[in-house]
Amino acid sequence: MARIFAYIAHKGGVADDTAAELAAAARKIDAASPTAIVVGSSAESDAVCAAVAASFGEVWKVANEVLFTRNAELVRKALVKIVPAGSIVLIAHEHFGIDLAPGLSIKLNSAFVSDVLAIDGVEGRSLKVVRQEFGGQINTHVNCDISFGAVITLRPGAFKPVAGPPLGGTIVDKSAEVGALAAGRRYLETIAAEAGDVDITKHTVLVSIGRGIQEKDNVGIAQELADALGAAVSCSRPVVDAKWLEKSRQVGSSGKTVKPKVYLACGISGAFQHLAGIKGNPFIIAVNKNPKAPIFQVADVGIVDDVLEFLPELTSKVRELRAVAAK
Amino acid sequence: MEILVCARRVPDTSENEIQLNSAGNDIERDELVYSINEPDNYAMEEALQIVANTGGSVSVVTVGGEDDEEVLRREMAMGANHGILLADDAFAGSDGRGIASVLKAFVQKGNYDLILTGVQAEDGGAQVGGMLAAMLDYPFASLVNSIEILDGKKLKISREIEGGNKEISEIDLPCVLSIQTGINEPRYVGMRGIRAVASAPIPKYGLSDLGISAGTVGADAAKVKRVDYFIPVLGKTAEMLNGSREENVEKVLDLVAAKGGLK
Repeated sequence: MARIFAYIAHKGGVADDTAAELAAAARKIDAASPTAIVVGSSAESDAVCAAVAASFGEVWKVANEVLFTRNAELVRKALVKIVPAGSIVLIAHEHFGIDLAPGLSIKLNSAFVSDVLAIDGVEGRSLKVVRQEFGGQINTHVNCDISFGAVITLRPGAFKPVAGPPLGGTIVDKSAEVGALAAGRRYLETIAAEAGDVDITKHTVLVSIGRGIQEKDNVGIAQELADALGAAVSCSRPVVDAKWLEKSRQVGSSGKTVKPKVYLACGISGAFQHLAGIKGNPFIIAVNKNPKAPIFQVADVGIVDDVLEFLPELTSKVRELRAVAAK
Repeated sequence: MEILVCARRVPDTSENEIQLNSAGNDIERDELVYSINEPDNYAMEEALQIVANTGGSVSVVTVGGEDDEEVLRREMAMGANHGILLADDAFAGSDGRGIASVLKAFVQKGNYDLILTGVQAEDGGAQVGGMLAAMLDYPFASLVNSIEILDGKKLKISREIEGGNKEISEIDLPCVLSIQTGINEPRYVGMRGIRAVASAPIPKYGLSDLGISAGTVGADAAKVKRVDYFIPVLGKTAEMLNGSREENVEKVLDLVAAKGGLK
Protein backbone atom coordinates (compact mmCIF):
# COMPACT_ATOMS: atom_id res chain seq x y z
CA MET A 1 0.00 0.00 0.00
CA ALA A 2 1.19 3.47 -0.89
CA ARG A 3 2.24 5.69 1.95
CA ILE A 4 -0.38 8.28 2.90
CA PHE A 5 0.43 11.88 3.83
CA ALA A 6 -1.82 14.61 5.17
CA TYR A 7 -0.83 18.20 4.46
CA ILE A 8 -1.80 20.16 7.57
CA ALA A 9 -3.31 23.60 7.02
CA HIS A 10 -2.61 26.00 9.87
CA LYS A 11 -2.75 29.64 10.76
CA GLY A 12 -0.97 31.56 13.48
CA GLY A 13 0.56 28.35 14.86
CA VAL A 14 -2.82 26.63 15.24
CA ALA A 15 -3.69 23.53 13.17
CA ASP A 16 -6.89 23.79 11.14
CA ASP A 17 -9.92 21.66 12.10
CA THR A 18 -9.38 19.77 8.86
CA ALA A 19 -6.21 18.11 10.27
CA ALA A 20 -8.23 15.52 12.19
CA GLU A 21 -10.59 15.14 9.22
CA LEU A 22 -7.68 14.23 6.95
CA ALA A 23 -6.51 11.67 9.53
CA ALA A 24 -10.01 10.13 9.52
CA ALA A 25 -10.16 10.11 5.71
CA ALA A 26 -6.74 8.43 5.47
CA ARG A 27 -8.05 5.49 7.53
CA LYS A 28 -10.68 4.89 4.87
CA ILE A 29 -7.84 4.23 2.42
CA ASP A 30 -5.49 2.26 4.66
CA ALA A 31 -5.65 1.11 8.27
CA ALA A 32 -2.06 2.19 8.87
CA SER A 33 -1.65 5.60 10.45
CA PRO A 34 -0.95 8.37 7.93
CA THR A 35 1.96 10.80 8.19
CA ALA A 36 1.24 14.48 8.75
CA ILE A 37 3.33 17.11 6.98
CA VAL A 38 3.62 20.50 8.64
CA VAL A 39 5.26 23.27 6.63
CA GLY A 40 5.90 26.72 8.05
CA SER A 41 8.31 28.96 9.95
CA SER A 42 10.15 27.37 12.91
CA ALA A 43 7.91 28.77 15.63
CA GLU A 44 4.69 27.96 13.77
CA SER A 45 5.65 24.48 12.71
CA ASP A 46 6.84 23.46 16.21
CA ALA A 47 3.49 24.44 17.70
CA VAL A 48 1.46 22.77 14.94
CA CYS A 49 3.56 19.57 15.00
CA ALA A 50 3.01 19.23 18.74
CA ALA A 51 -0.74 19.72 18.30
CA VAL A 52 -1.25 17.20 15.49
CA ALA A 53 1.02 14.50 16.95
CA ALA A 54 -2.05 13.24 18.83
CA SER A 55 -3.85 12.36 15.59
CA PHE A 56 -0.91 11.04 13.55
CA GLY A 57 1.64 8.28 14.11
CA GLU A 58 4.35 10.35 12.48
CA VAL A 59 4.71 14.05 11.78
CA TRP A 60 7.14 15.49 9.25
CA LYS A 61 8.26 19.01 9.98
CA VAL A 62 9.55 21.39 7.31
CA ALA A 63 10.66 24.61 8.96
CA ASN A 64 11.86 27.40 6.74
CA GLU A 65 11.46 31.12 7.37
CA VAL A 66 10.41 31.78 3.75
CA LEU A 67 7.39 29.55 4.46
CA PHE A 68 6.07 31.95 7.10
CA THR A 69 3.65 33.38 4.55
CA ARG A 70 1.71 30.59 2.97
CA ASN A 71 2.79 30.43 -0.63
CA ALA A 72 1.53 27.41 -2.52
CA GLU A 73 4.40 27.42 -5.00
CA LEU A 74 7.02 27.30 -2.23
CA VAL A 75 5.08 24.65 -0.34
CA ARG A 76 4.75 22.59 -3.51
CA LYS A 77 8.49 22.77 -4.14
CA ALA A 78 9.14 21.68 -0.55
CA LEU A 79 6.71 18.75 -0.79
CA VAL A 80 8.13 17.54 -4.10
CA LYS A 81 11.54 17.23 -2.44
CA ILE A 82 10.35 15.05 0.45
CA VAL A 83 7.27 13.08 -0.62
CA PRO A 84 8.28 9.67 -2.06
CA ALA A 85 7.01 8.71 -5.53
CA GLY A 86 3.75 6.78 -5.49
CA SER A 87 2.44 8.37 -2.26
CA ILE A 88 -1.12 9.51 -1.63
CA VAL A 89 -1.27 13.11 -0.41
CA LEU A 90 -4.45 14.41 1.26
CA ILE A 91 -5.11 18.15 1.36
CA ALA A 92 -8.12 20.14 2.59
CA HIS A 93 -10.15 21.66 -0.25
CA GLU A 94 -10.00 25.28 0.89
CA HIS A 95 -8.38 28.28 -0.76
CA PHE A 96 -4.84 27.11 -0.05
CA GLY A 97 -5.49 23.54 -1.16
CA ILE A 98 -7.01 24.85 -4.40
CA ASP A 99 -3.80 26.81 -4.96
CA LEU A 100 -1.46 23.95 -4.08
CA ALA A 101 -2.94 20.62 -5.07
CA PRO A 102 -3.37 20.57 -8.88
CA GLY A 103 0.22 21.64 -9.55
CA LEU A 104 1.51 19.28 -6.87
CA SER A 105 -0.11 16.33 -8.66
CA ILE A 106 1.71 17.29 -11.88
CA LYS A 107 5.07 17.59 -10.15
CA LEU A 108 4.57 14.28 -8.32
CA ASN A 109 3.35 12.72 -11.58
CA SER A 110 0.34 11.35 -9.75
CA ALA A 111 -3.43 11.33 -10.22
CA PHE A 112 -5.59 14.17 -8.92
CA VAL A 113 -9.13 14.28 -7.59
CA SER A 114 -10.50 17.42 -5.97
CA ASP A 115 -13.21 18.22 -3.45
CA VAL A 116 -13.88 14.63 -2.40
CA LEU A 117 -16.89 14.07 -0.13
CA ALA A 118 -16.51 10.39 0.70
CA ILE A 119 -14.00 7.59 0.25
CA ASP A 120 -15.50 4.16 -0.46
CA GLY A 121 -12.19 2.30 -0.29
CA VAL A 122 -9.52 0.77 -2.50
CA GLU A 123 -10.01 -2.01 -5.05
CA GLY A 124 -6.75 -3.16 -6.59
CA ARG A 125 -5.04 -0.03 -7.91
CA SER A 126 -8.24 1.96 -7.85
CA LEU A 127 -9.27 4.41 -5.13
CA LYS A 128 -13.04 4.82 -5.12
CA VAL A 129 -14.33 8.24 -4.09
CA VAL A 130 -17.45 10.41 -4.30
CA ARG A 131 -17.58 13.94 -5.74
CA GLN A 132 -20.31 16.46 -6.38
CA GLU A 133 -21.10 18.33 -9.57
CA PHE A 134 -23.41 21.16 -10.60
CA GLY A 135 -23.44 22.92 -7.26
CA GLY A 136 -24.41 19.79 -5.35
CA GLN A 137 -27.33 18.82 -7.60
CA ILE A 138 -25.74 15.52 -8.46
CA ASN A 139 -23.01 13.21 -7.14
CA THR A 140 -20.59 10.98 -9.01
CA HIS A 141 -18.61 7.89 -8.10
CA VAL A 142 -15.08 8.42 -9.33
CA ASN A 143 -12.31 5.84 -9.71
CA CYS A 144 -8.78 7.10 -9.34
CA ASP A 145 -5.84 4.98 -10.48
CA ILE A 146 -3.30 5.24 -7.65
CA SER A 147 -0.54 3.20 -9.34
CA PHE A 148 1.64 6.31 -9.39
CA GLY A 149 0.19 7.87 -6.27
CA ALA A 150 -2.48 10.54 -5.98
CA VAL A 151 -3.17 14.00 -4.67
CA ILE A 152 -6.68 14.18 -3.23
CA THR A 153 -8.37 17.28 -1.83
CA LEU A 154 -11.12 16.68 0.71
CA ARG A 155 -14.14 18.85 1.37
CA PRO A 156 -13.85 20.45 4.84
CA GLY A 157 -16.48 19.04 7.19
CA ALA A 158 -17.17 15.95 5.07
CA PHE A 159 -15.06 13.54 7.16
CA LYS A 160 -15.81 13.07 10.86
CA PRO A 161 -12.70 12.97 13.05
CA VAL A 162 -12.29 9.58 14.74
CA ALA A 163 -12.07 9.62 18.51
CA GLY A 164 -9.30 7.53 20.01
CA PRO A 165 -6.32 7.59 22.32
CA PRO A 166 -3.63 10.13 21.41
CA LEU A 167 -1.11 8.53 19.07
CA GLY A 168 1.85 10.55 20.34
CA GLY A 169 3.36 10.72 16.86
CA THR A 170 7.09 11.00 16.35
CA ILE A 171 8.20 14.32 14.91
CA VAL A 172 10.75 13.99 12.11
CA ASP A 173 12.55 17.14 10.98
CA LYS A 174 12.78 17.17 7.17
CA SER A 175 13.85 20.81 6.85
CA ALA A 176 17.39 20.03 5.70
CA GLU A 177 16.12 17.93 2.78
CA VAL A 178 14.17 20.87 1.43
CA GLY A 179 16.89 23.51 1.29
CA ALA A 180 16.47 26.95 -0.32
CA LEU A 181 13.16 27.85 -1.99
CA ALA A 182 12.10 30.63 -4.37
CA ALA A 183 8.85 31.38 -6.19
CA GLY A 184 7.47 33.52 -8.99
CA ARG A 185 4.76 34.79 -6.65
CA ARG A 186 5.45 36.82 -3.52
CA TYR A 187 3.03 37.56 -0.69
CA LEU A 188 2.54 41.23 0.11
CA GLU A 189 -0.29 41.57 2.63
CA THR A 190 -3.76 40.45 3.70
CA ILE A 191 -6.62 42.92 3.54
CA ALA A 192 -9.52 42.27 5.92
CA ALA A 193 -13.04 42.13 4.52
CA GLU A 194 -14.99 45.39 4.68
CA ALA A 195 -17.49 45.66 7.53
CA GLY A 196 -20.44 46.91 5.50
CA ASP A 197 -23.58 48.77 6.58
CA VAL A 198 -25.40 45.86 8.28
CA ASP A 199 -23.74 43.19 10.44
CA ILE A 200 -25.56 40.01 9.40
CA THR A 201 -23.66 38.00 12.03
CA LYS A 202 -25.57 39.78 14.81
CA HIS A 203 -29.12 38.98 13.64
CA THR A 204 -31.39 36.20 14.96
CA VAL A 205 -33.45 36.09 11.76
CA LEU A 206 -32.00 36.31 8.27
CA VAL A 207 -33.93 36.64 5.04
CA SER A 208 -31.29 35.29 2.71
CA ILE A 209 -31.59 35.61 -1.04
CA GLY A 210 -29.95 33.81 -3.97
CA ARG A 211 -30.07 33.75 -7.73
CA GLY A 212 -33.83 33.17 -7.54
CA ILE A 213 -34.36 36.83 -6.74
CA GLN A 214 -33.56 37.33 -10.46
CA GLU A 215 -32.73 41.04 -10.56
CA LYS A 216 -31.52 43.91 -8.45
CA ASP A 217 -34.91 45.60 -8.31
CA ASN A 218 -36.34 42.54 -6.57
CA VAL A 219 -33.97 42.79 -3.59
CA GLY A 220 -36.54 45.22 -2.15
CA ILE A 221 -39.04 42.34 -1.86
CA ALA A 222 -36.71 40.60 0.58
CA GLN A 223 -35.90 43.86 2.38
CA GLU A 224 -39.61 44.51 2.98
CA LEU A 225 -40.01 41.07 4.56
CA ALA A 226 -36.88 41.62 6.64
CA ASP A 227 -38.19 45.02 7.80
CA ALA A 228 -41.53 43.49 8.78
CA LEU A 229 -39.81 40.70 10.71
CA GLY A 230 -37.12 42.88 12.25
CA ALA A 231 -34.59 40.78 10.37
CA ALA A 232 -31.66 41.50 8.05
CA VAL A 233 -31.19 40.59 4.40
CA SER A 234 -28.23 38.35 3.63
CA CYS A 235 -27.40 36.49 0.43
CA SER A 236 -25.47 33.82 -1.45
CA ARG A 237 -22.58 34.40 -3.82
CA PRO A 238 -24.39 35.03 -7.15
CA VAL A 239 -26.16 38.05 -5.62
CA VAL A 240 -22.81 39.64 -4.72
CA ASP A 241 -21.24 38.69 -8.06
CA ALA A 242 -24.10 40.50 -9.79
CA LYS A 243 -23.49 43.54 -7.52
CA TRP A 244 -27.07 43.44 -6.19
CA LEU A 245 -25.80 43.47 -2.58
CA GLU A 246 -22.51 44.28 -0.87
CA LYS A 247 -19.97 41.53 -0.16
CA SER A 248 -20.57 42.09 3.59
CA ARG A 249 -24.03 40.53 3.14
CA GLN A 250 -22.69 37.25 1.75
CA VAL A 251 -23.06 34.06 3.82
CA GLY A 252 -20.54 31.34 3.05
CA SER A 253 -16.95 30.16 3.17
CA SER A 254 -15.80 33.22 1.25
CA GLY A 255 -18.26 35.47 3.09
CA LYS A 256 -19.58 35.70 6.63
CA THR A 257 -20.30 32.92 9.08
CA VAL A 258 -23.73 33.51 10.63
CA LYS A 259 -25.52 31.94 13.61
CA PRO A 260 -29.17 33.02 13.40
CA LYS A 261 -32.11 31.21 15.01
CA VAL A 262 -34.15 31.28 11.82
CA TYR A 263 -32.73 31.27 8.31
CA LEU A 264 -35.09 31.89 5.41
CA ALA A 265 -33.29 30.67 2.29
CA CYS A 266 -35.08 32.34 -0.61
CA GLY A 267 -34.14 31.25 -4.12
CA ILE A 268 -30.85 29.82 -2.83
CA SER A 269 -29.76 26.52 -4.38
CA GLY A 270 -27.64 25.48 -1.40
CA ALA A 271 -24.09 25.00 -2.69
CA PHE A 272 -21.79 23.73 0.08
CA GLN A 273 -19.74 26.93 0.05
CA HIS A 274 -22.90 28.75 1.10
CA LEU A 275 -23.97 26.17 3.69
CA ALA A 276 -20.48 26.31 5.22
CA GLY A 277 -21.32 29.82 6.44
CA ILE A 278 -24.45 28.76 8.36
CA LYS A 279 -23.59 27.64 11.88
CA GLY A 280 -25.37 27.09 15.18
CA ASN A 281 -28.02 24.77 13.70
CA PRO A 282 -30.66 27.40 12.88
CA PHE A 283 -34.19 26.50 11.78
CA ILE A 284 -33.90 26.67 7.98
CA ILE A 285 -36.94 27.42 5.83
CA ALA A 286 -36.20 27.10 2.12
CA VAL A 287 -38.26 28.48 -0.75
CA ASN A 288 -37.09 27.53 -4.23
CA LYS A 289 -38.74 26.93 -7.60
CA ASN A 290 -36.49 23.93 -8.26
CA PRO A 291 -37.71 20.89 -6.28
CA LYS A 292 -34.25 19.32 -6.79
CA ALA A 293 -32.37 22.22 -5.21
CA PRO A 294 -29.83 20.84 -2.72
CA ILE A 295 -31.05 23.34 -0.10
CA PHE A 296 -34.07 21.05 0.48
CA GLN A 297 -31.69 18.36 1.72
CA VAL A 298 -30.50 20.50 4.60
CA ALA A 299 -33.53 22.70 5.32
CA ASP A 300 -36.04 21.90 8.09
CA VAL A 301 -38.99 23.02 6.02
CA GLY A 302 -39.21 23.42 2.27
CA ILE A 303 -41.64 25.09 -0.12
CA VAL A 304 -41.47 24.73 -3.89
CA ASP A 305 -42.56 28.17 -5.02
CA ASP A 306 -41.37 31.34 -6.72
CA VAL A 307 -39.83 33.63 -4.09
CA LEU A 308 -41.00 36.68 -6.04
CA GLU A 309 -44.60 35.68 -5.35
CA PHE A 310 -44.21 33.90 -2.02
CA LEU A 311 -42.26 36.59 -0.16
CA PRO A 312 -44.70 39.50 -0.72
CA GLU A 313 -47.57 37.33 0.61
CA LEU A 314 -45.52 36.40 3.65
CA THR A 315 -44.67 40.07 4.18
CA SER A 316 -48.29 41.15 4.13
CA LYS A 317 -49.23 38.38 6.60
CA VAL A 318 -46.46 39.50 8.96
CA ARG A 319 -47.73 43.08 8.70
CA GLU A 320 -51.31 41.96 9.41
CA LEU A 321 -50.13 40.09 12.47
CA ARG A 322 -48.14 43.13 13.66
CA ALA A 323 -51.17 45.38 13.14
CA VAL A 324 -53.38 43.06 15.21
CA ALA A 325 -50.76 42.83 17.94
CA ALA A 326 -50.45 46.62 18.07
CA LYS A 327 -54.17 47.10 18.83
CA MET B 1 -0.09 42.09 -23.51
CA GLU B 2 -1.00 38.80 -25.21
CA ILE B 3 -3.67 37.03 -23.18
CA LEU B 4 -5.11 33.55 -23.59
CA VAL B 5 -8.44 32.70 -21.98
CA CYS B 6 -9.30 29.02 -21.56
CA ALA B 7 -13.05 28.56 -21.67
CA ARG B 8 -15.54 25.72 -21.54
CA ARG B 9 -19.10 25.03 -22.56
CA VAL B 10 -21.14 23.49 -19.75
CA PRO B 11 -24.79 22.76 -18.97
CA ASP B 12 -26.29 25.95 -17.60
CA THR B 13 -27.52 25.15 -14.09
CA SER B 14 -29.60 28.32 -13.87
CA GLU B 15 -31.59 27.12 -16.89
CA ASN B 16 -31.74 23.39 -16.17
CA GLU B 17 -32.64 20.89 -13.53
CA ILE B 18 -29.81 18.40 -13.69
CA GLN B 19 -31.36 14.92 -13.85
CA LEU B 20 -30.07 11.38 -14.12
CA ASN B 21 -30.59 9.56 -17.40
CA SER B 22 -32.54 6.31 -17.30
CA ALA B 23 -29.37 4.17 -17.25
CA GLY B 24 -27.99 6.19 -14.34
CA ASN B 25 -24.58 6.43 -15.99
CA ASP B 26 -24.83 10.05 -17.08
CA ILE B 27 -26.96 13.12 -16.65
CA GLU B 28 -29.86 13.58 -19.05
CA ARG B 29 -28.24 15.68 -21.78
CA ASP B 30 -30.92 15.74 -24.48
CA GLU B 31 -32.84 18.75 -23.26
CA LEU B 32 -29.97 20.61 -21.64
CA VAL B 33 -29.33 24.26 -22.33
CA TYR B 34 -25.58 24.83 -22.57
CA SER B 35 -23.73 28.06 -22.06
CA ILE B 36 -20.27 29.28 -21.24
CA ASN B 37 -18.99 28.24 -17.84
CA GLU B 38 -19.80 31.33 -15.78
CA PRO B 39 -16.36 31.99 -14.22
CA ASP B 40 -14.78 31.78 -17.70
CA ASN B 41 -16.91 34.72 -18.73
CA TYR B 42 -15.42 36.80 -15.91
CA ALA B 43 -11.95 35.70 -17.09
CA MET B 44 -12.77 36.96 -20.59
CA GLU B 45 -14.07 40.30 -19.33
CA GLU B 46 -10.90 40.74 -17.26
CA ALA B 47 -8.73 39.96 -20.29
CA LEU B 48 -10.62 42.48 -22.42
CA GLN B 49 -10.27 45.20 -19.77
CA ILE B 50 -6.52 44.56 -19.43
CA VAL B 51 -5.98 44.72 -23.18
CA ALA B 52 -8.07 47.90 -23.41
CA ASN B 53 -5.53 49.50 -21.03
CA THR B 54 -2.26 47.98 -22.17
CA GLY B 55 -2.85 47.03 -25.78
CA GLY B 56 -2.30 43.57 -27.18
CA SER B 57 -4.82 40.91 -28.00
CA VAL B 58 -7.06 38.31 -26.43
CA SER B 59 -7.40 34.75 -27.68
CA VAL B 60 -9.95 32.25 -26.43
CA VAL B 61 -9.37 28.52 -26.61
CA THR B 62 -11.41 25.48 -25.71
CA VAL B 63 -10.81 21.75 -25.76
CA GLY B 64 -13.87 19.99 -27.09
CA GLY B 65 -15.87 19.24 -30.20
CA GLU B 66 -17.72 21.09 -32.97
CA ASP B 67 -20.55 22.01 -30.57
CA ASP B 68 -18.13 23.99 -28.46
CA GLU B 69 -17.51 26.47 -31.25
CA GLU B 70 -20.56 28.39 -30.04
CA VAL B 71 -18.75 29.27 -26.83
CA LEU B 72 -15.77 30.57 -28.79
CA ARG B 73 -18.05 32.69 -30.97
CA ARG B 74 -19.81 34.04 -27.92
CA GLU B 75 -16.50 35.15 -26.44
CA MET B 76 -15.42 36.61 -29.78
CA ALA B 77 -18.68 38.56 -29.87
CA MET B 78 -17.68 39.84 -26.43
CA GLY B 79 -14.43 41.11 -27.91
CA ALA B 80 -11.88 38.29 -28.15
CA ASN B 81 -9.65 38.74 -31.20
CA HIS B 82 -9.09 35.06 -31.90
CA GLY B 83 -10.92 31.83 -31.17
CA ILE B 84 -9.21 28.45 -31.39
CA LEU B 85 -10.80 25.02 -31.11
CA LEU B 86 -8.65 22.13 -29.89
CA ALA B 87 -10.54 19.09 -31.09
CA ASP B 88 -9.58 15.51 -31.83
CA ASP B 89 -11.26 12.17 -31.22
CA ALA B 90 -8.11 11.27 -29.31
CA PHE B 91 -8.93 13.94 -26.69
CA ALA B 92 -12.26 12.33 -25.72
CA GLY B 93 -12.42 10.99 -22.19
CA SER B 94 -9.45 13.05 -20.99
CA ASP B 95 -9.26 13.77 -17.27
CA GLY B 96 -8.14 17.16 -15.96
CA ARG B 97 -4.51 16.30 -16.59
CA GLY B 98 -5.31 15.32 -20.18
CA ILE B 99 -7.07 18.63 -20.82
CA ALA B 100 -4.17 20.52 -19.25
CA SER B 101 -1.73 18.57 -21.48
CA VAL B 102 -3.63 19.59 -24.62
CA LEU B 103 -3.68 23.23 -23.50
CA LYS B 104 0.02 23.12 -22.65
CA ALA B 105 0.85 21.95 -26.17
CA PHE B 106 -1.22 24.81 -27.57
CA VAL B 107 0.31 27.45 -25.27
CA GLN B 108 3.79 26.39 -26.34
CA LYS B 109 2.94 27.15 -29.98
CA GLY B 110 2.21 30.77 -29.09
CA ASN B 111 3.69 33.55 -27.01
CA TYR B 112 1.26 34.47 -24.24
CA ASP B 113 2.09 36.77 -21.32
CA LEU B 114 -0.95 35.83 -19.31
CA ILE B 115 -3.25 32.82 -19.28
CA LEU B 116 -6.63 33.05 -17.56
CA THR B 117 -9.09 30.32 -16.66
CA GLY B 118 -12.34 30.41 -14.72
CA VAL B 119 -11.95 29.30 -11.11
CA GLN B 120 -13.91 26.12 -11.66
CA ALA B 121 -16.28 24.46 -14.11
CA GLU B 122 -19.77 23.42 -13.00
CA ASP B 123 -18.78 19.81 -13.58
CA GLY B 124 -15.09 20.25 -12.93
CA GLY B 125 -12.55 20.23 -10.15
CA ALA B 126 -10.79 23.63 -10.11
CA GLN B 127 -7.77 21.82 -11.48
CA VAL B 128 -6.79 22.61 -15.08
CA GLY B 129 -5.29 26.08 -14.45
CA GLY B 130 -3.00 24.89 -11.65
CA MET B 131 -1.97 21.83 -13.65
CA LEU B 132 -1.25 23.87 -16.78
CA ALA B 133 0.91 26.30 -14.79
CA ALA B 134 2.90 23.46 -13.24
CA MET B 135 3.41 21.82 -16.65
CA LEU B 136 4.70 25.12 -18.07
CA ASP B 137 6.63 26.00 -14.89
CA TYR B 138 4.73 29.30 -14.77
CA PRO B 139 3.66 30.88 -11.47
CA PHE B 140 -0.01 30.31 -10.60
CA ALA B 141 -2.66 31.85 -8.40
CA SER B 142 -6.21 30.63 -7.88
CA LEU B 143 -9.38 32.48 -6.81
CA VAL B 144 -8.08 35.78 -8.20
CA ASN B 145 -10.47 38.69 -7.62
CA SER B 146 -8.42 41.65 -8.79
CA ILE B 147 -5.52 42.22 -11.17
CA GLU B 148 -3.34 45.30 -11.43
CA ILE B 149 -0.62 45.61 -14.07
CA LEU B 150 2.59 46.72 -12.33
CA ASP B 151 4.85 46.73 -15.39
CA GLY B 152 5.49 44.48 -18.35
CA LYS B 153 6.99 41.83 -16.11
CA LYS B 154 4.68 41.44 -13.15
CA LEU B 155 1.17 41.87 -11.79
CA LYS B 156 -0.28 42.72 -8.40
CA ILE B 157 -3.14 40.36 -7.69
CA SER B 158 -5.65 39.69 -4.96
CA ARG B 159 -6.91 36.22 -4.04
CA GLU B 160 -10.20 35.62 -2.28
CA ILE B 161 -9.43 33.75 0.95
CA GLU B 162 -11.61 32.77 3.91
CA GLY B 163 -14.20 35.17 5.29
CA GLY B 164 -14.02 37.50 2.29
CA ASN B 165 -10.46 38.58 3.20
CA LYS B 166 -8.05 39.32 0.39
CA GLU B 167 -4.53 38.01 0.02
CA ILE B 168 -2.40 40.39 -2.01
CA SER B 169 0.63 39.13 -3.94
CA GLU B 170 2.97 40.07 -6.71
CA ILE B 171 3.32 37.53 -9.51
CA ASP B 172 5.82 37.32 -12.38
CA LEU B 173 4.73 37.07 -16.01
CA PRO B 174 4.10 34.85 -17.82
CA CYS B 175 1.70 33.27 -15.35
CA VAL B 176 -1.61 31.42 -15.09
CA LEU B 177 -4.44 32.85 -13.01
CA SER B 178 -7.79 31.24 -12.18
CA ILE B 179 -10.42 33.97 -11.99
CA GLN B 180 -13.11 34.11 -9.31
CA THR B 181 -16.63 35.27 -10.17
CA GLY B 182 -17.48 38.84 -9.18
CA ILE B 183 -14.06 40.26 -10.21
CA ASN B 184 -15.84 42.48 -12.76
CA GLU B 185 -19.17 42.84 -14.55
CA PRO B 186 -19.01 40.86 -17.79
CA ARG B 187 -20.38 42.84 -20.71
CA TYR B 188 -23.63 41.87 -22.34
CA VAL B 189 -23.52 39.97 -25.61
CA GLY B 190 -26.51 40.48 -27.87
CA MET B 191 -27.65 38.54 -30.90
CA ARG B 192 -26.23 41.25 -33.15
CA GLY B 193 -22.77 40.71 -31.67
CA ILE B 194 -23.03 36.97 -32.17
CA ARG B 195 -24.13 37.45 -35.78
CA ALA B 196 -21.19 39.77 -36.44
CA VAL B 197 -18.71 36.97 -35.71
CA ALA B 198 -20.81 34.15 -37.18
CA SER B 199 -18.43 33.65 -40.10
CA ALA B 200 -15.15 34.58 -38.37
CA PRO B 201 -12.66 31.78 -38.96
CA ILE B 202 -11.97 29.47 -36.04
CA PRO B 203 -8.85 27.40 -36.60
CA LYS B 204 -8.98 23.85 -35.32
CA TYR B 205 -5.99 21.94 -34.01
CA GLY B 206 -5.82 18.23 -33.37
CA LEU B 207 -3.37 15.78 -31.85
CA SER B 208 -0.75 15.91 -34.62
CA ASP B 209 -1.03 19.71 -35.13
CA LEU B 210 -0.17 20.13 -31.47
CA GLY B 211 2.57 17.51 -31.51
CA ILE B 212 0.97 15.49 -28.73
CA SER B 213 1.93 11.81 -28.52
CA ALA B 214 -1.01 9.45 -28.84
CA GLY B 215 -1.76 7.73 -25.56
CA THR B 216 -0.74 10.69 -23.36
CA VAL B 217 -4.26 12.21 -23.49
CA GLY B 218 -7.79 10.84 -23.83
CA ALA B 219 -9.57 8.01 -22.08
CA ASP B 220 -6.67 5.57 -22.07
CA ALA B 221 -4.36 8.04 -20.35
CA ALA B 222 -6.96 9.19 -17.83
CA LYS B 223 -6.14 8.13 -14.29
CA VAL B 224 -9.39 9.59 -13.02
CA LYS B 225 -12.68 8.27 -14.36
CA ARG B 226 -16.31 8.89 -13.52
CA VAL B 227 -18.11 5.61 -12.93
CA ASP B 228 -21.67 6.86 -12.61
CA TYR B 229 -23.91 9.62 -11.37
CA PHE B 230 -26.37 9.45 -8.50
CA ILE B 231 -28.69 11.75 -6.61
CA PRO B 232 -27.18 12.63 -3.23
CA VAL B 233 -29.15 11.67 -0.14
CA LEU B 234 -28.24 13.46 3.05
CA GLY B 235 -29.39 12.46 6.50
CA LYS B 236 -31.93 15.19 7.02
CA THR B 237 -34.33 16.31 4.34
CA ALA B 238 -36.83 19.13 4.60
CA GLU B 239 -40.45 18.58 5.53
CA MET B 240 -42.08 19.84 2.34
CA LEU B 241 -45.13 22.07 2.66
CA ASN B 242 -47.52 21.09 -0.09
CA GLY B 243 -50.50 23.30 0.69
CA SER B 244 -51.76 26.29 -1.23
CA ARG B 245 -49.52 29.33 -1.19
CA GLU B 246 -51.75 30.93 1.44
CA GLU B 247 -51.57 27.85 3.67
CA ASN B 248 -47.82 27.67 3.23
CA VAL B 249 -47.44 31.33 4.15
CA GLU B 250 -49.49 30.77 7.34
CA LYS B 251 -47.42 27.73 8.24
CA VAL B 252 -44.12 29.54 7.70
CA LEU B 253 -45.33 32.43 9.81
CA ASP B 254 -46.27 30.04 12.65
CA LEU B 255 -42.89 28.35 12.41
CA VAL B 256 -40.95 31.62 12.41
CA ALA B 257 -42.90 32.72 15.48
CA ALA B 258 -42.40 29.36 17.22
CA LYS B 259 -38.65 29.52 16.65
CA GLY B 260 -38.40 32.95 18.22
CA GLY B 261 -38.12 34.85 14.97
CA LEU B 262 -41.07 37.16 15.52
CA LYS B 263 -40.66 39.50 18.42
